[in-house]
Amino acid sequence: MKILTGNDLKSGAVIWWDGQGWSLHVDDAVDASEHADEILAREEAARHVNSSYVVDATQTPEGVRPNHIKERIRALGPTVRPDLTLKPADPSAINWVI
Amino acid sequence: MYKYDSYDQAMVDTRVEEFRDQTRRRIEGTLAEENFRPLRLQNGLYLQLHAYMLRVAVPYGTLSSAQMRMLGDIADKYDRGYGHFTTRQNIQYNWIKLDEAPDILADLAKVEMHAIQTSGNCIRNISSDQYAGAAKDELIDPRPYAELLRQWSSFHPEFLHLPRKFKIAVIASKTDRAAMRLHDIGIEIVKNDAGEIGCAFYVGGGMGRTPMIAPLINPFVPLDQLITYSEACLRVYNRYGRRDNKYKARIKILVHEMGKDEYTRQVEEEFAHLLTQGIEPPIAELERIIPYFADPAFDAAASDDLDLSDPDFAVWVKNNTVAHKAKGYVIAVVSLKPVGGIPGDASADQIRLMADLAKDYSFDELRVTHAQNIVFPHVRKSDLYTLWQKLDAADLSTANLDGIGDIIACPGLDYCSLANARSIPVAQKISERFAGKQEELGELKLKISGCINACGHHHAGHIGILGVDRKGVENYQLLLGGSEGADTSLGTITGPGFSEDGIVDAVEKATNVYLANKEGEERFLDTYRRIGMAPFKEAIYG
Repeated sequence: MKILTGNDLKSGAVIWWDGQGWSLHVDDAVDASEHADEILAREEAARHVNSSYVVDATQTPEGVRPNHIKERIRALGPTVRPDLTLKPADPSAINWVI
Repeated sequence: MYKYDSYDQAMVDTRVEEFRDQTRRRIEGTLAEENFRPLRLQNGLYLQLHAYMLRVAVPYGTLSSAQMRMLGDIADKYDRGYGHFTTRQNIQYNWIKLDEAPDILADLAKVEMHAIQTSGNCIRNISSDQYAGAAKDELIDPRPYAELLRQWSSFHPEFLHLPRKFKIAVIASKTDRAAMRLHDIGIEIVKNDAGEIGCAFYVGGGMGRTPMIAPLINPFVPLDQLITYSEACLRVYNRYGRRDNKYKARIKILVHEMGKDEYTRQVEEEFAHLLTQGIEPPIAELERIIPYFADPAFDAAASDDLDLSDPDFAVWVKNNTVAHKAKGYVIAVVSLKPVGGIPGDASADQIRLMADLAKDYSFDELRVTHAQNIVFPHVRKSDLYTLWQKLDAADLSTANLDGIGDIIACPGLDYCSLANARSIPVAQKISERFAGKQEELGELKLKISGCINACGHHHAGHIGILGVDRKGVENYQLLLGGSEGADTSLGTITGPGFSEDGIVDAVEKATNVYLANKEGEERFLDTYRRIGMAPFKEAIYG
């Protein structure tokens, strides 16, 4: 599947296209294969997202997982600071990243 | 320390307001990202893996207590409670919000700091010897000349759009502690046979994907022609440096392809021309700067006695202090490399504590090192034990300076959008694996980069590690034999790469070869140079 990502313009936070808007959580990401360019152009113009692009991902039983490690680290946070990730109470969350 | 005059302050304040307006326009939508990006980069604001990252300049690595305190406060107020000291003697914050960036720059300006020219194809922060003004072995304090270069290079209209970024280091001792010959221009202040002080110019060094050691192009440029000669070096680069290929755009490629002799000839020709133009700053400006770097009021009666009865303190003194030029004083280095920690990171509380301790025990002054540590340059020996106790209470007393635990590591794939592999977890594992072997292994400089850009200086490590992406999987190459000091050399790759755990095992095998073969007081590097790569390769891959 192809999912869309970028950064929130003001906060810089990593965000993912969920079909209606932008989510902090990669599990909310939807397949946007068919309309990726159109969505990104529209959302960039509206300043809903900054520096956006398309990412290859896989729908797994555990959720949406970007195929490349760089995107998986973006999706969770720095593996060396579990306290600063999106799942600070779950240090094992980094296991699906690496 | 240098103090801004009204021109310095006005320039920085004006820049803050200019960036505030640019940021407002970006958020309101009247400035597109493609137009805003170069503007934010010129103010040190990157968009990194998780958020905006702000890189703050620390000129030649020198900080006052007030500046250090502000860096701690910024970490708390605008970031997530910590900062990352870099291999360019700067500090970076990893979690910056765009609409708050102008406020951060305004706070920095209050303590005479900024983030200007910490990115982009311009002359970056001037780096220097972290022990400048304190070292026993220096000829003179190089910082007034680094400051002169800072002023010359700030907003220099001719050099704001160079073919590529440009880094200058200035030192004044034979013991190169600034990796001088791995800079675009390395300047060593020297004394000639006539007893005159001048500058030796090394041009065309660098790390990255094509590491090169800068050749000497002029052994003696009079100090009062420092800026003119620097301008000549830059002009020839700006004229002929490649702009068609960013990977071949650094001056090292130009010097290499043009040839050292031809590059030097052109610089000398340009230099002769520039001497007729009178571009050297008036001597009055240098005379204005020099007193800011005068020695603090050392107590001539300060005692050299040191009570080393506390064994932990004794180890720290042995490893983390350096001889000072003044009797009764010492240079103390705080390692930001606790066992298993993140190299270069310090919490806001730790940063503020170091600011307070510098005020109380080091004449209000600190230094950032390119090895990502902090220096108290002027500590009275009679205060050293008290200082150590206070550092120890804040987990800042790791006694591993220049040892295998004192690892230089770039942020790597945990933070950096350019990285191919994570650096920090490898540093943490090595730090933990070798925690008990620091004393046995002695000086062993280990450096890790998460990509070929080499921000972690892996080419210059006695042991270097380079993270690469192998079909989406992190892989680590091992290098041996690099050095960044007076005996600068580039490391050699041992062979095929390793997994994250495999590279730690490989490092252990390499250190075992060293321990089995070392003679006398040899360091790892000495043994490697004597016995060569073969025994290491055999142990690692055999």
